[in-house]
Amino acid sequence: MRTPSRSLVVVLAARGLAPAIQLFALYVVFHGHYSPGGGFQGGVLLAASFVLVRLAEGYGAGQHQIPRRAGLLLGVAGVLLFGAVGAAAFLTGGNFLDHGRVPLPGFAPADLRSLMILVIEVGVAITVAAVLTAIYDELLGDEDDA
Amino acid sequence: MRLRNALVLAGMAAVLLYAVGHLPSRGDPAAPAHRRTSLAGTPGAGTYYLEHALEDAATPNVVTVVLADYRSVDTLGETLVVFTGGVACLLILRRRQ
Amino acid sequence: MTWPIELILYVVLLVTALASLEVHSLLAASVILTAFSFVCALLMLSVGAVDVAFTEAVVGAGLVGVLYIVAIFRTTRRSTD
Repeated sequence: MRTPSRSLVVVLAARGLAPAIQLFALYVVFHGHYSPGGGFQGGVLLAASFVLVRLAEGYGAGQHQIPRRAGLLLGVAGVLLFGAVGAAAFLTGGNFLDHGRVPLPGFAPADLRSLMILVIEVGVAITVAAVLTAIYDELLGDEDDA
Repeated sequence: MRLRNALVLAGMAAVLLYAVGHLPSRGDPAAPAHRRTSLAGTPGAGTYYLEHALEDAATPNVVTVVLADYRSVDTLGETLVVFTGGVACLLILRRRQ
Repeated sequence: MTWPIELILYVVLLVTALASLEVHSLLAASVILTAFSFVCALLMLSVGAVDVAFTEAVVGAGLVGVLYIVAIFRTTRRSTD
């Protein structure tokens, strides 16, 4: 691709917008219990903020946020978090992904299910954000790094 | 060629409009999707979800409970699909050094 | 009484879909497709499917457009050299 035009307006707008998008993404993930939203939408918003920084500041600046190598590892971590929550119910003889049987003392089953839903959403968000950022990295690569 | 394309599109639009005309109107309580029981008379799963989601999972948003608790295997599959798509993209696009 | 708004949205949806087919520049087509996605999200919102509308707005109008444009830049560069 062409060398990125380091326009002051674009760079400053991206610097101002990216943290706001990230904050809103976290709100979407963690407020999914009470309002529309959830892991997938929050993960896509997170990926959008990473891509915005990579677009505006060049490829090298984005590497400090989420490096290229970490993309696939974070994707695996999210799926494994999801699977671990599902398999944790085996420890007390429950079915796969039966959140009420996760061995975590001090919780009523309903509260435990609510908590495990949150863990699952975080896993989905990590996977979606990492995979979409990795796809962008592979598409554009470090070609635009002037 | 353009005339044939236009005719095919018009025919497709006619079929779709005919189907839309026979759909139940929005919010119709007698529509099969909104009944308490299924057409066979057995209680529907949607009714159970709406009535028991709050006491089962202590979460007000029924959509979240259905996606991440009742149908969580579906969500696990969806996450795996996203991950597999990313891996396939990386395998195809990775430049040969 | 929201049917006039929905009628306008359906007309805009058709116009954006046909425009993205007819326009010759691939860049313009991808931008029009993001507009199509956003109108689609508004229609989903008008029938009460808030979660679907949110997903459509975030994915279709937010990230997929960027990926389209990046893919277009990659392919045109490949073909010239």
